[in-house]
Amino acid sequence: MTALIHPDAPVNRIGAQTPFRVEKQVRGLSDRSIAWMFITPTIVLLLAINIFPLLWMIRLSFTNLNLSMSYLPLRFVGLDNYRDILTDDDVWNRLQLTAEFVISSVALQVILGFGLALLINRQFRTHSFWTTVILLPMMLSPAVVGNFWTLLFQPQIGPFNYLVGLFTGIVPSSFSMTGEVALAPWTIVLVDTWMWMPYVMLICLAGLRSIPDYIYEAAEVDRASSWRQFCSITLPMVMPFLMLAVLFRAIENFKMFDMVNLLTSGGPGSTTELVSITLKRAAFEKWRTGYSSALAIILFVTIFGAANIYVKALNRVKQR
Amino acid sequence: MRKSATRSWPRWTSGTLSLFAGMALSAFASQPVSAQGKQLTLCWAAWDPANALVELGKDFTKETGIEMKYEFVPWTSYADRFLNELNSHGKLCDLIIGDSQWIGGAAENHWYIKLNDFFAKEHISMDDFMPATVLGYSEWPKNTPNYWALPAMADAVGWTYRKDWFSRPEIQAEFKQRFGRDLAPPKTYEELRQIAEFFQGREIDGKKVYGAYIFTERGSEGITMGVTNVLYDYGFDYDNPNRPYQMQGFVNSPDAVKGLEFYKALYKCCTAPGLANAYMQEGLDAFKSGQVAMQMNWFAFFPGLYKDPNVGGDKIGFFVNPAGPKGQFTQLGGQGISVVATSDHQDDALGYIKWFARPAVQQKWWELGGYSALKAVVQAPGFPKSAPFAPQFLESMAIVKDFWAEPAYAQLLLDMQKRVHDYVVADKGTAQQALDQLVKDWTKVFKEEGKAVLAE
Repeated sequence: MTALIHPDAPVNRIGAQTPFRVEKQVRGLSDRSIAWMFITPTIVLLLAINIFPLLWMIRLSFTNLNLSMSYLPLRFVGLDNYRDILTDDDVWNRLQLTAEFVISSVALQVILGFGLALLINRQFRTHSFWTTVILLPMMLSPAVVGNFWTLLFQPQIGPFNYLVGLFTGIVPSSFSMTGEVALAPWTIVLVDTWMWMPYVMLICLAGLRSIPDYIYEAAEVDRASSWRQFCSITLPMVMPFLMLAVLFRAIENFKMFDMVNLLTSGGPGSTTELVSITLKRAAFEKWRTGYSSALAIILFVTIFGAANIYVKALNRVKQR
Repeated sequence: MRKSATRSWPRWTSGTLSLFAGMALSAFASQPVSAQGKQLTLCWAAWDPANALVELGKDFTKETGIEMKYEFVPWTSYADRFLNELNSHGKLCDLIIGDSQWIGGAAENHWYIKLNDFFAKEHISMDDFMPATVLGYSEWPKNTPNYWALPAMADAVGWTYRKDWFSRPEIQAEFKQRFGRDLAPPKTYEELRQIAEFFQGREIDGKKVYGAYIFTERGSEGITMGVTNVLYDYGFDYDNPNRPYQMQGFVNSPDAVKGLEFYKALYKCCTAPGLANAYMQEGLDAFKSGQVAMQMNWFAFFPGLYKDPNVGGDKIGFFVNPAGPKGQFTQLGGQGISVVATSDHQDDALGYIKWFARPAVQQKWWELGGYSALKAVVQAPGFPKSAPFAPQFLESMAIVKDFWAEPAYAQLLLDMQKRVHDYVVADKGTAQQALDQLVKDWTKVFKEEGKAVLAE
C-alpha cells in the first residue's frame, strides 16, 4: 500500500527531470502560494482588460470629456450626464424600441426553436442531417448575415420580395423591407430569429434528451394523453433549459449591434435605432466620451440587474 | 550521409548569402542615395480618385526614392477610422487627405501641423488655388490666413443624366406635349422634378426605370450632403451672416422648410424603391444598371462613369445642381492634404506636399482622374474641353457652400442626419418640426463647445 504511485509513473519521471534548484524552490512553497502563482496572471489580465477600464469608464462618466474637443479643459460635471440621458425622450424611445425588439425576437425564437426541437427529437431517419442544416445560420458571422439579407431584401433584384410577390400578387419592387417604417422593425426581428432560433433549438433539444424515457413509459401506463404528457412532463422538465435560452438570447439581443447596423443602420430615420447603435454613435461618431460612458454604465446596470432577477427566478424553477 | 550534408552546409550558406547580398546591393544602388529605406504613409478614402493618386505617387517615388504606402478606407467608415486615429495620436498616417469638415477640429486639437511657414518658405501661394477650395479645405478659423492643408481634391455635388434617353424622339415629343418645353437638363429644381416624374415608372428598352437618384444614407453624412443642395437653393443658411451661431430663423426659416419639403417630395415621387439608405455607391450602381434617368453624385465619380462601357460615352450627360427660388448653390465636397502632427517623417511629408503643389504634377493629377484645385490647371484655356464634365465642374466650384467645419462638426452632422432622415424617409413630424429640433440640437452642441450662442 505504500507504493501507491509506481516509480515509473509519468509524474515521477517528470519530477526526476526537474532541475535541483527549481525543485528546491517549489518545495519551499505552500499549496496556497502555488495556487496564487497559477491564478495571478489571470487576475492581472482580468484587472487590466476588464476591471480597470470599467472603473475608468465610471470616472469618465462624471466628466465632460469630448474627444473631438479635447482642447477644452476636462471638467467634473457630477451627475449631469446621467441626468441628460435619463431626461432625454430620444434615449427612452431607443430603450423602448430595444425592449420591443428583445421581447418579440426572443419570443419568436423560443416558440419556433422549441417547436423545431420537438420535431427533431422524434429521431426520424434523417434527423442528424436536418439538425446540421438547421444549425447553419448560427454558425455564420452576423456581418455576413447582415450583408446577404440586405441583398435578399433588395426590392428590384432580391429573392425575398420576389417570393412575397409570387405568393401574394404584390409587385415585388413596390415595397422595401429595410426602407419602410412599418416593415423595418419586423425585418430585424425576422433576420435575428432566422439566425438564432437554431441556438434555442439546440438548448431545448439538450433539455428534451435529458428527460428519462421511463417517465414517459410510466405516463403511458397511466394512460396519460400526449397533451397531458407534454404539459406535465416535457414542459416542466425543459423549462430550466428554456429559461436559460431566454436569458442568453435576451442579453445578446439587448446588446445587438452588428447585424442591425448592416441591415438598416438604425433607419429609416430612427425606426430601428437600438440603444447599442445610439451608444456607438455617441461614443465613436460624436466622440462624446463622458456622455457615452454614462450611457454605457446605465445599460450595464440595467442588463446586470435584470439578469440577476432572472437568474433568481431560474433557480427557483430548478428547485421545483 | 549525415556527415557529408553537414560538411556541405557552409558552402550552401555562403553561396545563398552572397546571392542575397548581391540582390540587396543592386536594389539599393537603383534608389537615390538620400532616400534609402524611406517610406511615407498617406491616408485617404477608398474611391476612384485614390487609384489615380497611387498612379501619380509613382512619379514622387521615382523622383525622391521615397516609397509611398497607402491606407484607403471605404467612405462609410472613413471618418470613424481616421478621426479615431487622429484622436488617439496614432502614427499610422504621415499625410492625410482629411475631409473639409475636419479642419476645425484638426486645427484646434493640433492633429495637423500648420503650414503657413512652410508655404512661405517654399513660395506656395494660396492665391494660386480656387478660393472656395482654400476656404473649404485649408483655412481655420475660416476667412483667416491660417492654413492647415493644401487643397488636394476639389469636388462638389453634380448631376449625371441619360443623354441617350433624353435624346430619343418619341420621349422628346411626349415630354414636349406634356410640359410644353423641350426635354433638356434641368436648370431649376422644379424642372428637375417634372423630368423625374416624367421618367418615373416608365418602361425603356423593356425595363422599368425611375426618375432620379438622390442621397438618403442615414449612418454617416449621406442625406445631409444631399438635402443641402436643395436647402441652399431655397434660402437655408447655417446661421445669421452678421451674428455667428444665431441659427433661429435661418436654419428653420420658412424658405428652408419649403426646401426640406421639396426634398421629401422628390424622394417620395421619383426615386427607386429600396433606396432609403443610399449614398455614393448605390447611386453609381443605380445609374450604371440603367435604373435611373438622373443621378445626384460627386464630381469625383464622373470620370469613371464617363468611361463606363454601358452608360458612359455618348449615353451620359452632366449638369450643375439646379437653381431654386433663392439662388443656385451646390454642396462642396473634396479634401485638403495635411501633415499629421504625430508623424515621424514630417520633413518628407512636407516634401510630398511641395511636390504635389507643382503645376506639372497638378496637371497630371487632373489627367489621371483627380480634380486639381490649382488655378493654373482649371483656368487654362483648354480645361473646359479637357473632359465632358469639366465645364460643369468649373461652374459648380464657383457656387459651392459647405457644412459646418467646427471641431464639433461630427455631432452637428449626426444631429442633422437624424432630423432630416426622420422627416424625409421615416415620415416623422413636419419639416418645420425637424428644423426646429435641429436648431435646438445645434444650439446645445455649440454651448457644449463653449461658443457664445446668442439668445434667440
